[in-house]
Amino acid sequence: MSWLSDDTVARLQNAAAQPDFSDTRYEITRALARGGMGVVYEGVDRDLRRSVAIKVLPIEFAGGDAAVRLRREAELIAGLEHPGIVPLHDMGVLADGRAFYVMKLVRGKTLAEMMQSPHTIAEALRLCIRICEPVAFAHARGVVHSDLKPANVMIGEFGEVLVMDWGVSVAGTPGYMAPEQESGSRGPVTDVFALGVILRQILAGSGESLPRRLRAILTKATASSPGDRYSSARLLADDLLRFLDGQPVTAYPETILDALLRWGNRNRALIGIVSAYLVMRMVVLLMAHR
Amino acid sequence: MPGSLFPTTRRSVVEALSSEDRIERERAFDSVAAIYWKPLYKYARIVHRRDSADAEDLTQQIMLQALKRDTLAAYDSQRASFRTFLRTIFDRLIANEDKRAACVKRGGAATQVDFSVAEEELARENENHDTPDEYFRRQWVRTLFGTAAAQCRETLDPLSFAIFEAYDLAPESDVSYAQLARRHAVTEMTVTNRLAAARRRFREIALELVRESTASDREFENEVRALFGIDV
Repeated sequence: MSWLSDDTVARLQNAAAQPDFSDTRYEITRALARGGMGVVYEGVDRDLRRSVAIKVLPIEFAGGDAAVRLRREAELIAGLEHPGIVPLHDMGVLADGRAFYVMKLVRGKTLAEMMQSPHTIAEALRLCIRICEPVAFAHARGVVHSDLKPANVMIGEFGEVLVMDWGVSVAGTPGYMAPEQESGSRGPVTDVFALGVILRQILAGSGESLPRRLRAILTKATASSPGDRYSSARLLADDLLRFLDGQPVTAYPETILDALLRWGNRNRALIGIVSAYLVMRMVVLLMAHR
Repeated sequence: MPGSLFPTTRRSVVEALSSEDRIERERAFDSVAAIYWKPLYKYARIVHRRDSADAEDLTQQIMLQALKRDTLAAYDSQRASFRTFLRTIFDRLIANEDKRAACVKRGGAATQVDFSVAEEELARENENHDTPDEYFRRQWVRTLFGTAAAQCRETLDPLSFAIFEAYDLAPESDVSYAQLARRHAVTEMTVTNRLAAARRRFREIALELVRESTASDREFENEVRALFGIDV
């Protein structure tokens, strides 16, 4: 074969990477996101005339054990019916052997974009609880996400929180991966670690100093040893809820003084009213004694 | 599952290089030489700044060395790709040549290749490169794609290859589907379908070539990334 120019090589790389959907009911419109685990395209389902998101996995995942494992995972994910989980509509294999997943196309912003806007600690915690809920739901059904990160959480046009990219990722993302993931280990606790990192990032954006009990929750969620973490996203969400409600959290063993301070914080209004009443009574008594 | 593109049952060329059977070993050597002689020659010329005679000699030497089983015994696919291994022993060979200073010409070619072709190509290539490894990778991709394109010419029907050649292989592609349809007196849909089929065949062949020259699934995955780019 004659010599290939740099332009030709680049063109061939693109051509080879471009998925060929001609034998399917889908049509690619544009690429939405690219990553080590494949490319997500916006596309159209010609039969149902609706827009969809299509994830095409890297070519090296074609064929063999990887394909079998991906199909098994897709079946599990398709069984996850939860308002916080982007539903999987379909999956298939392209002529070149690459697997693809067809998902609901979510319009909105990613959590990574949302984190830029100002927010309080309470808002951050409420958001994190809503992320934990679908993850906890999946954990209860034996499904682990393994690549939770702000780019995989969408906030829809009506404020709905949706977690995307279920299970098809096996590698995780540096910075969000639990230490044990590097050796291929994955489970609910690896997701808890990533949720802890996400929570820390959202809270950092609040600019407020964190209470000791909340810092303890973060430490427990992101503990290096899996055994020291919350064993599921449900337990993490429960502790965050308890913190918001001013209840004791499991991550922080309280002293009597801590409990009193927390009780005081929680009942500031009551303490204020009682204090004002007592001061008033003392003033009345003092005046009566004169 | 159309996973037939992946000849998992076929013995890897890298494994065959260590075969007891001389014929199998030589056949494997020819496959390796077909993909690697140009990248190695150009690497010697550009990265190590050797003149053409030296680069020819070094390329022949490394090919002879690659045939030796004790050389290949040092290869561990868990540590590096075969491509990196070959480049590393080539670097070592060149370093040893430097130490010897006096250049001793060796007789007998390891493989029949026309170095003037590589020399002509070098004149057309951009010499800029980030690192030696990156330069070698780019030359490997160029040669592997060239080999895959040549095999496409042999296996595709003439119309499909003509469309593929004009649209994807030409040095500068500014031809449209409509122009190709007029040129070959077919519909644009035919152009679309033939091009898709040709690209599919090209991809299959390229992957097959990578599969042959890798010794493990992990190495295969990494080399496919190196071939098509990380974002595939």
